[in-house]
Amino acid sequence: MKATADSNRLLEVKGLQKFFPIRKGFLQKVVGHVRAVDDVSFFIREGETFSLVGESGCGKTTTSRCILRAVHPTSGQILFRTAAGKVVDVATLPEDQLKPLRSEMQMIFQDPFSSLNPRMTLLDIVGEPLLVNGVTDREERTARVAELLKVVGMRPEYMRRFPHAFSGGQRQRIGIARALALRPRLVVADEPVSALDVSVQAQILNLLLELQAEFGLTYLFVAHDLSVVKHISERVAVMYVGRLAEMAPTHDIFYAPKHPYTEALLSAVPKPDPRLRSKRIVLQGSVADPANPPPGCYFHPRCQYVVDLCRQQTPELTEVAPGHHVACHRATELQLAGVVQ
Amino acid sequence: MPDNDKPLLSVRDLKTYFFQDEGAVKAVDGASFDIAQGRTLGIVGESGCGKSVTARSILRIVEAPGRIVNGEIFWYGEGGEAMDLVKLNPDGREMRSLRGRDIGLVFQEPMTSFSPVHTVGNQMVEAVQLHLDVSKAEARRQAIEALRQVGIPKPERRIDEYAFQLSGGLRQRAMIAVALSCDPRLLIADEPTTALDVTTQAQILDLLRQLQADRGMAIMLITHNLGVVAEMCDHVVVMYLGRVVEVGAVDDIFHRPQHPYTRALLRSIPSIDMTPRVKLHTITGSIPHPYNRPSGCPFHPRCPERIRGVCEASEPALRDLGNGQYASCFLYELPVQAATV
Repeated sequence: MKATADSNRLLEVKGLQKFFPIRKGFLQKVVGHVRAVDDVSFFIREGETFSLVGESGCGKTTTSRCILRAVHPTSGQILFRTAAGKVVDVATLPEDQLKPLRSEMQMIFQDPFSSLNPRMTLLDIVGEPLLVNGVTDREERTARVAELLKVVGMRPEYMRRFPHAFSGGQRQRIGIARALALRPRLVVADEPVSALDVSVQAQILNLLLELQAEFGLTYLFVAHDLSVVKHISERVAVMYVGRLAEMAPTHDIFYAPKHPYTEALLSAVPKPDPRLRSKRIVLQGSVADPANPPPGCYFHPRCQYVVDLCRQQTPELTEVAPGHHVACHRATELQLAGVVQ
Repeated sequence: MPDNDKPLLSVRDLKTYFFQDEGAVKAVDGASFDIAQGRTLGIVGESGCGKSVTARSILRIVEAPGRIVNGEIFWYGEGGEAMDLVKLNPDGREMRSLRGRDIGLVFQEPMTSFSPVHTVGNQMVEAVQLHLDVSKAEARRQAIEALRQVGIPKPERRIDEYAFQLSGGLRQRAMIAVALSCDPRLLIADEPTTALDVTTQAQILDLLRQLQADRGMAIMLITHNLGVVAEMCDHVVVMYLGRVVEVGAVDDIFHRPQHPYTRALLRSIPSIDMTPRVKLHTITGSIPHPYNRPSGCPFHPRCPERIRGVCEASEPALRDLGNGQYASCFLYELPVQAATV
């Protein structure tokens, strides 16, 4: 495997795996593994918005945590091209080299209420990354925090206040300001709008798009809301029980999906128009257990297009059209329904 | 409300206030709407709009320091006679008989609604025996049947499991089974699918529609998700900061919204069939804190169509616009030559 990435690729994930051991009994013996992330590979170009989509337990959050090295991957490579132009493998980087790299990768969290320390002022919260990374001069820090708050649409005068004085949307803006403090190149946004009211979601999504244009940010969006994903992404990867089911440019995923799970997912999204009440694909059963996935294709027990091969052999992710990857034995023969144009 | 729909529940000028040290929070401040027999009414709004408190007021389970201070809630019995629930003792026999028997309730978080120390079966049997004069064995038989009807596989085994042993989707189905165990005429579902994955949501919504068709049951569906409203509801009530701002048939609400808030809300949602990555329309400002209620019309500070001198001075009443649509907005109360700023 080559250790270098294409020159416009900021991040390249190769064969990523993260297994969590299941321990039982008095001696805490390992009796199995939860295959949270099971051989995931993708890349993100600089300046792009890439979304990981899937339902509970699909592994999207664990994948994003591996990329930030918040958890240690079990195996695989996470190649990141630093500001200096060097490509490093985040998965195996020693701690002392990882620390300076962390300023280039930041995270925006889902819950605006638990992601801000209630005992810290906005100045403390947004200024902390600066303090930790050497901006010890208080005046300079205050000036930078004021600038950051303005950039996210908050008044700098608020910096002496505490999080509880602000609404969910405003708190999310504070979290975004904090994430931008060190001028990162990659921002991982884990469901950044799902906890917000509908009208506030629009404000935050607009803000994220503006910030991306202004600062040349690359986004890895982790989300389950397909309408939001479609609005903000250029490329989308659909995950199911730790594996990639499909990966393609946004337009193709939504209008010409090639994986039955993607089709079902799109069909399940309730459209805000009563005239679009069509017959929907309602999947039977529930999401497979990542600790004990079915043989063959993980999705086969719920798939309406299943054939014998699906029960026996796990499909590999293959490129069936330019930039369009699917893990399905029948990808080339099925005619699936996307979103109606 | 169309003439051929017989009302099951009529709410008239409901006001539920919470009296706290800092002042009174007017959680519901004048809500009026009808639920027709066998139909689905959607109550939609963002945080603080009062939709959940409305449901709790109907069921008379508003806890201190909250209290219904005004209004009537007419429940129409089998013979057509009306009973004002506000006048009943919340702990009295009549209300207790209504609650859980004639009116079923499904909450958002099934995990916290079930007792963690009792099996699902225990709780269902208790619910059945509370309202129906049957033996424990018969109640258990009915409970197993109810679990089967909501699509839980192997219900005779699941009935003896605890809530934590069921997945989110199965728990919600079990909650629905409990709510339906006494064959209610009205099911109040407060954000029943918000905590669920989108494919599970599709299953649950499908189930609710089917159960409604089988039993002729009315549903009051409370949600902030406009897609769910479009999929499920016959009529819609839009609430903002404790007041009903618009009422109408679902097609009218989505295709001919009359209230500026409804219009703004519909414009701000990223729809799955929209052009991606364009700036979303937003509603300026944010939802006011309940202690800082604007004077006059609660929406006026954020309203693009506000009439200076009018909207902040007095509260608009809910006005019949003729086709079964109602809106509380001065745009429809003043003569045509009023100027908009």
